[in-house]
Order: sequence, then C-alpha cells, then structure tokens
Amino acid sequence: MSAYQNLEQMKGDFYTQKFAAGKQDDTLIINMGPQHPSTHGVLRIMIEVDGEYIVRAEPVLGYLHRMHEKMGETQTWGGFIPNMGRVDYGHPMAWNWAYVGAVEKLMGIEVPERAEYLRVIMTELNRLTSHLLWWGAYVLDLGAFTPILYAFDDREMLLDILQRPSASRLTYSNFRVGGLQMDMDDKCIELIKEFIPHFRKRLPMYKDLVTDNIILRRRIEGIGIIDQDMCRRYGCTGPVLRAAGVPYDIRRTEPYSVYDRFDFEIPTEDTCCSAGRYLVRLAEMEQSMRIIEQALEQLDSAEGGHIVDKAPKPSMKPPAGEAYFCVEGGRGKIGVHVVSDGSKVPYRIKLRAPGYSNLHAFVEAATGTILADAVAILGSLDLIIPEIDR
Amino acid sequence: MQVFMQHILPLLIAVVGAMIWLGINALLWVYCERKFAGHIQRRPGPFEVGPHGALQPLIDGLKLMGKQLVTPDNADNVLYWTAPIMTMIPVLLLYLPIPYGPVLTGMDVNLALLLILAFSSFNGLAVILAGWSSNNKWGVLGAARAVSQAVAYEIPLLLTVLAISFMTGTLSLVDITNLQAGYIHNWFIFKQPLAFIIFIVAMFGETNRAPFDLAEAESELTAGFHVEYSAMGFGCFFLAEYGYMVVMCSVCSVLFLGGYHGPIPGLDGWWWMVGKTFALMSFMLWVRWTYPRVRFDQLLNINWKWLLPLATANLLATALIMKL
Repeated sequence: MSAYQNLEQMKGDFYTQKFAAGKQDDTLIINMGPQHPSTHGVLRIMIEVDGEYIVRAEPVLGYLHRMHEKMGETQTWGGFIPNMGRVDYGHPMAWNWAYVGAVEKLMGIEVPERAEYLRVIMTELNRLTSHLLWWGAYVLDLGAFTPILYAFDDREMLLDILQRPSASRLTYSNFRVGGLQMDMDDKCIELIKEFIPHFRKRLPMYKDLVTDNIILRRRIEGIGIIDQDMCRRYGCTGPVLRAAGVPYDIRRTEPYSVYDRFDFEIPTEDTCCSAGRYLVRLAEMEQSMRIIEQALEQLDSAEGGHIVDKAPKPSMKPPAGEAYFCVEGGRGKIGVHVVSDGSKVPYRIKLRAPGYSNLHAFVEAATGTILADAVAILGSLDLIIPEIDR
Repeated sequence: MQVFMQHILPLLIAVVGAMIWLGINALLWVYCERKFAGHIQRRPGPFEVGPHGALQPLIDGLKLMGKQLVTPDNADNVLYWTAPIMTMIPVLLLYLPIPYGPVLTGMDVNLALLLILAFSSFNGLAVILAGWSSNNKWGVLGAARAVSQAVAYEIPLLLTVLAISFMTGTLSLVDITNLQAGYIHNWFIFKQPLAFIIFIVAMFGETNRAPFDLAEAESELTAGFHVEYSAMGFGCFFLAEYGYMVVMCSVCSVLFLGGYHGPIPGLDGWWWMVGKTFALMSFMLWVRWTYPRVRFDQLLNINWKWLLPLATANLLATALIMKL
C-alpha cells in the first residue's frame, strides 16, 4: 500500500502535484523558471499568487545537477580541481581555494608565502568580478538595462588581468595543492595597479547613477527581510548575513592564509533588506581593493622562490583521514570536506555551497510580497544556480 | 464628383500620408532606439547591415514577416489574432487630426483631442485581449496590469488636456496650435507648466514605456501580454508602440510646445513640429535606458496620490482663472 502511495506521489511532476493539492479559489499557480529571465539560469520557482501577491513560493532544484561531489570520488585528487571552477562561475577562485586548502590541510602542506599572497590577490580580484556581475544583473532584474554594460566594462578589464596568471577567463582552475599553477608576471601586477585607481573612480559614479536613484531605492528598501533569526535557521552566510548586522566573515572570524595580515573592514548593514545586501556588496568591493593594495605592497617583501615548490604530483596520495576547510566566497561561506582512505582517489568530497542556504530563505522572505518584489529578493541573494545544484 | 474632390480625396491622401509617416517613424525609431541605447551603453549598436546599421530595422521587419505565426494551444483564436490588428488600426487614425504644418493637417476636426484620446484607448483594449486570449498566466498578469494602468493614467492625461481646452475653449488641435503663434512665451508650457509635467508622466504610463512598462515587464513577467506572440503578431505590437509614442509626443508638442510655430514669428513650418516631436521621443528613449522599472503598487500610487490630485487642482485653478 505504501509503495503504491509513493508511486501516486511520484506520478507526473512531483512539485506541481504538491502545489495543485488543496482548494484554490482566486489563486493562480505560476511557474517562474526554469526558463525565466530573472532566475539567472535554470532555477525553477513555483509561486502561488493571489493577484500579484505571493501566497507561497517554493524553489524546485535539480535542473543543473551535475554530480560534482560524485565526480570527485572518481577522479584523482589533482584531477578534481577543474571541477571547482565549474561549480560557481561567479567566484571560482574561492572554490579552488577551498578545495586545495582542504587537501593541503589533510596532507599538512605549507604553501609558499608568495603563493599565499598571489592567491589572496586573485581571489579578491575575482570577488570584484563576482560582485560586478551580480550588480549588473541585479539592476537589470529591476528593469534598468544600462548599468550591466558599465559593470561588464570594468569586469572585462579584470578578466584581462586574471587571464594572465590563470590562462582562463571564467572557470578558473589555476590553484594547485601546495601553490599555484603559474606565477604572476610583472605586467599583470602593473595592470592591477592601474585598475584599482580606475575602479575607485567608477564606484562613486555607480553610486550617483544607480544606488542613489529614487526608483531603485524604493524598489529594494525594506523588501525581503531576512533577519538574524532567519539567517540562523537557514544557515545564510555572506552578504545576506552581514546585511542582517552580523559581521561574520570567514576572512576575519577564522582567518586562513595571510588574511590576518591585512587591515580591512567587514561592512555590515542593520536593515536586513535587499537594499542592505546591495549596499554590503558595494562596500565589499572597496574593501577587496584595500586588501589587494596591501597584498601588492607585502608581495615584494614576501619570500620568493618557486610558488609551486612543494607541490606534490597530481597522483598524490594523502594520508587516510578527513579535513574541512572553509573560505569566504562572494556569496558566503564555502566549505569543502574531504575524506581520504589513503588512495589516489578521494573517498568522499562534500561541498558546502552558500547559495543553497541563502536560496531557502527566499521562501519565507518572499511570502506576502508582490511578484516584482520576488524578483528583487531573488536577485539580492546573488544566486549562482550551478553552485546550488552542484 | 465635387464631394469627392473636396472631401474624400484629401482624406485619402491624408490616410496614405499617415501610413507613410507611420512607416517612416516606425523604421526610424526602431533604429534610433537601438543606436541610442547602444551609445548610452558604450557600444556602437547595430552596425553590420547597411552603413552604420541603417538597414537593420528593414531586415528585422523582413525577418519578422518570414517567421511562423504560432497560435498557442487552447488560445481563443479569433481574439488572439484580433488583438494585434486592433492595436495597429487606430494608430493610423490618430495621425489624421494632428497638424504638422499650416497645410499639413490631415483632417481638421473640431473634436480632434477627443478623437485622439478615444482611439488611443483602443491600445489598452488590444493589450487586454492579447493577454487574456493567449491562454498564458504571464499574459493574464500582464493584461491585468495593463487594465489598471490604462484606467489610472488616462484620467490625469484627460484632466491636463481639459485644462488646455478650458483655456482655449476648443478641442481642435489646429486652433490650439494657432493660439500659440507669435513669440515663445505664448506656448502653453509657460502657462500650464504643471499640466506639462503631468502630461509627460502620464504619457509614459499611457504608452507602456519604461519606467512604466509594467504590462510587459521583461524581468518579471517575461514579456507580459505579448509573451505568446510570434512573427508579425509581435511585430504589430512593437510597431504600434512606436506609433503611439509618436502620436503622444506630437500631441504634447501641439498642446504645450506650440506645434509648428517656432520660438519667434516668421519661421513656422513642419520642421518645428517634427523637431519637437523627435526631441520628446528622444527624451522618452533616454528615460527608458536610464531608469529602473517602478513596482506596480508604486505606479498606481504615483497616479492616484500625486498625478490625479495635482491634475484636478490644476484644472480647478485654470477654471477659476478663466472665470475671472
């Protein structure tokens, strides 16, 4: 009997069936996605609306499930690194770092100082591209077409910079266990030094043209309240949590690598709303630039030498055991848990994606708002679907 | 024969002229909008077809004509195809009473303003039909938005127009234009500045243009009321949108900016009218590519809480002054 019931439940579209259950008088069930311009990829959200008001909303996941964790169990330790660039196209450097960090912890490898600094510089540059991409796309969601092209203007410069030490423009996989794939050349450092003053000039322009615009402010202020309690329940991290007033940033609370050597602030907002998350991200861009500047200064005095000096062979065999390493990504806490049984292939890899936790706060935040707000809230969470589905 | 020569022939010429003018405007503004957007966004815009992409709208039109007309399953076939036709036909009529020059007036009727307001409301009806008959939930939501928006923004538009006709005592656009002859201070923008601002805002609402393009709201409702239309079904809505924009800008130029009269006497001509209309059009494009979209409740709040009371106060003040 129970098997039969399960079969009944699984017939057709599971989620649609769940939504169609119960009495509906005036409500309309609509499918937002998987093909919708503002779900940024293949996220599907079932929404029950009463007029324009959202009665309930439920994300349907799995349209981009690529079994990254399972893939890890079939590849060598080094062979899994390219997967990390594909998990999150927004901030792949941080994912790279989380994975190699976990393996380094497992094997007890010390990373050369210069490599640490270069990792910091590249990850922070990548954070800038991630936030720029989000900013442009978010304002596009709110109906302003132009800012995304300005954001991409700057992002293009950053990609040109990041292309030099990583040989790719979107899905980076240049981190290696024990160091980096390539050293950064002088030209690249020069370009970074040129870029930072340029971008400093652009940020006030973005503020004048977009952030201070009354229509934008009215669209995002007080919309999508995700407070500390909700963050705790759903496990939200990153700008979502910091917009709720908690200065929780892995770079500060659990400093990894050389982050304890830099002087930077953790921007927070107390408004808990979309505008708070927006402002936190914009403020983070400035802080990232501060970190890059300091890292560039300290890079000269850092110990030289080959940055992949102590890197083990790709067919490394970490000792049996497990390790967990977390870094601060553009969207929040990225954690990688690796388990080794002493062989060439990982026994188990678990990825903790910040977007997955952040997304589920949407359900509660969006209930009772109107459809246009749902787009504003969804965008403010900065979702990268491949990261959520993995 | 005399009746034909005197009444019907000029009207036929006017209709053909209006069609040509509509066609020119549609092609021109599709191109201008894309170029304009391109330059605002620091890219060249269309560049490949013809010199500086000038033939792009023609090619786009050909592409749209070459595509298949798809009717969705369970859509109301008759209403579904009535909607795009219904949105196109009134546009032609709207051009007739607009005076583009001392002799370039298709049809000088004394109820010109009423005619324009009445026939431009057809667009709202067409949008509702399109959204409803396409059997798509996004379409229905877009149509529902369009209804409330059309109802809301027609009222302040009407009230500002009324204020002008209180002043002039006529609904004929030719008479209104002629009352603004002479120097620039005769233009009604200086006598009715508030009405001008309200008219501009209501104009955006009436033509469904950003920041008030809620009926199609690409990032929320995918495409709103025309989500299911393909090929020229979509093309009709697209062209009609530009048609209505040009009409509203022309009416605005006539009502507030002196129509075909120049800032000083002796330079009158169609070039002023076209120039003013195109300046207003460019303003509409500029706004579209600069601002985000307002939310739906905010849109209605702007109207019911600001535009309507202001327009009413303006109308009452005008009436009082005219009485004195």
